Amino acid sequence: MAKITASVYTSHVPAIGAALDLGKSQEPYWQKVFAGYEFGKRWLREDPPDVIFLVYNDHANAFSLEMIPTFAIGTAAAFPIADEGWGPRPVPAVVGHPELAAHIAQSVIQDDFDLTIVNKMAVDHGLTVPLSLMCGQVDAWPCPVIPFAVNVVQYPVPSGRRCLALGRALRKAVGSYDEPLKVQVWGTGGMSHQLQGPRAGLINREFDNAFLDRLIADPEGQAQVPHIDYVREAGSEGIELVMWLIARGAMSDRPPKVLHRFYHVPASNTAVGHLILENPA
Amino acid sequence: MPLEKPYLDVPGTTIFDAEQSRKGYHLNQFCMSLMKAENRARFKAGERAYLDEWPMTEEQKQAVMARDLNRCIALGGNIYFLAKIGATDGKSFQQMAGSMTGLSEEQYRDMMISGGRSIVGNRYVGEQR
Repeated sequence: MAKITASVYTSHVPAIGAALDLGKSQEPYWQKVFAGYEFGKRWLREDPPDVIFLVYNDHANAFSLEMIPTFAIGTAAAFPIADEGWGPRPVPAVVGHPELAAHIAQSVIQDDFDLTIVNKMAVDHGLTVPLSLMCGQVDAWPCPVIPFAVNVVQYPVPSGRRCLALGRALRKAVGSYDEPLKVQVWGTGGMSHQLQGPRAGLINREFDNAFLDRLIADPEGQAQVPHIDYVREAGSEGIELVMWLIARGAMSDRPPKVLHRFYHVPASNTAVGHLILENPA
Repeated sequence: MPLEKPYLDVPGTTIFDAEQSRKGYHLNQFCMSLMKAENRARFKAGERAYLDEWPMTEEQKQAVMARDLNRCIALGGNIYFLAKIGATDGKSFQQMAGSMTGLSEEQYRDMMISGGRSIVGNRYVGEQR
């Protein structure tokens, strides 16, 4: 049977991708960000999973206002890199895992989560920046990736409670897949940031670190936090953090092992947070 | 009964909800068109003519030509869509975000390096600093 071995959490700031792509990663400003991912890069290289289920949000690239799916699962064999307006990032194309993705869709929908099934989709920095942070500049990503896009652009986004429960349904779906695959679930976005209006540039270290503490130790409690608390305390774009609860819900009910924790301000407009949690054996 | 909108008292913030999305539909879809290199070139060659191809309001067109992102957002724009205009102009997200705050580019960058805008005084309209 397939099983979820670990979860990875990280911000997905576009400027991080640009810094790598434009050869600025050695600059002191960016070194402070990339240093936080050295452990994760080594860990992933030494023991790569068979599949990464990557929870992220599209930033008006694959989905315009024509269609706004709340939860969209990528079931394609491959996903091209989006041109977000600066040209596509020079990173490898993303290879999917259509068999496992279709299995997850069928299981999770029968558990009352009405996913949108997407067979053609470009992926943007929300998905590629976490891969770049964890893999560096490579010719191919280490394994197939199932993109899972969550609407956090048009309010209301799904609640934390709904995201945690979806993660649990995902855990059950992966656990019922016949092949013995090692699967990681990644939750991305956040941490505190606001990109719009006179309040742009907002950062809230206390909120972010309390979120990390509680995500680890009390995900059920964190899942009860309403949208407005994220908007008010972590900024209008900080609400992306609800996506981390999907990855957390996919983990065992027993306490995880915290392999790595990192927090840094700033990357461009954003607070960078990063966690690696491993399931007990 | 009107929908509950608990976010209206967050200072300097416009939440992109269903009402804003409806107001800004054509403005945001115009922005999406700038994801194609040939459309970026056509827009740059004649902004007014390009904008006139879209059923946007005159106010929205003026706000785009003035690159007044706060005004664009008030008229239904969303930052992830508006970012396509910035990309067309060769601006980074930090330059775009900073342009809405009344700070210079340098002041905004320095604020971020020293930890960002404080949450204290920025939770509610009227919160004491």
